[in-house]
Amino acid sequence: MKPIFPTTLLLVEDSPGDVRLTQEAFREANQAVRLHVAWDGAEAMAFLNRQGANINAPRPDLILLDLNLPKMDGRQVLAQIKEDANLKTIPTVILTTSVAEADIDKSYQLQANCYLNKPVELEAFEALVKSINDFWLTRVKLPQQRPVG
Amino acid sequence: MTEQRIKTLLLVEDNAGDVRLTQEAFRTANKSVDLRVASDGVEAIAFLKREGKYANAPRPDLILLDLNLPKMGGHGVLAFIKNDDGLKMIPTVVLSCSDAEADIVKSYQLQANCYLTKPGLLDAFETVVKGISDFWLARAELPAQRLTA
Repeated sequence: MKPIFPTTLLLVEDSPGDVRLTQEAFREANQAVRLHVAWDGAEAMAFLNRQGANINAPRPDLILLDLNLPKMDGRQVLAQIKEDANLKTIPTVILTTSVAEADIDKSYQLQANCYLNKPVELEAFEALVKSINDFWLTRVKLPQQRPVG
Repeated sequence: MTEQRIKTLLLVEDNAGDVRLTQEAFRTANKSVDLRVASDGVEAIAFLKREGKYANAPRPDLILLDLNLPKMGGHGVLAFIKNDDGLKMIPTVVLSCSDAEADIVKSYQLQANCYLTKPGLLDAFETVVKGISDFWLARAELPAQRLTA
């Protein structure tokens, strides 16, 4: 059940503190995870579309997407991913502090694969990262990596 | 995270043995699940659209969808759900015996929320159901239930 190959994650998050906590929690949960960070929505799309400095960016196996982001909002990033025939198969998990029903509904409408509430408390946050690892990276069948089309 | 509201699941599965195992595994994993069963794709759509004998069917919080189904296959059901504005928000988990890459990729293309393989062994089956219960019913934020539009 353990992933054998390195798993590539793209974390789209603008808060340095949250990035740091996510990195540390994944280091704890799964050594095979390669976590890449995009600090805003525009950077996330450049990474996914391999634009500019991202020409050799790997295709992520899973995307963790915050909603409130500078430059391009998480909802717009989600909409662009799910409208792109090539990118839409990458499972995209919303990871946000918002529990507003409007955000949850909108995310599922835009075909987010799942919506998770980011807890503020450290232990709860670590437990959440562990559950992402146990479910999405261990149990779920992800699409295999394919060469750039 | 500790929400105790009864969650309604729609299991779309034609194999009576698998239905029984799923029911039993949920009874062990999570007491607050109301598991409904549709035994083919056409019945699943009728349930979701509240047609005929399903006029009073509840809206499921989560759909568990087998791929190999009589009358209308799982991919057809998935395409129907994800193209229907009223239904597309319901997280739909593919639960299939197939681990063929073509089935996995096609499911994500059609916007399955995640893809899980159904293991042959009884213990492993219970683990998968527990995984679904722990992640989707305890951890993930699901769209709120609303009255029919």
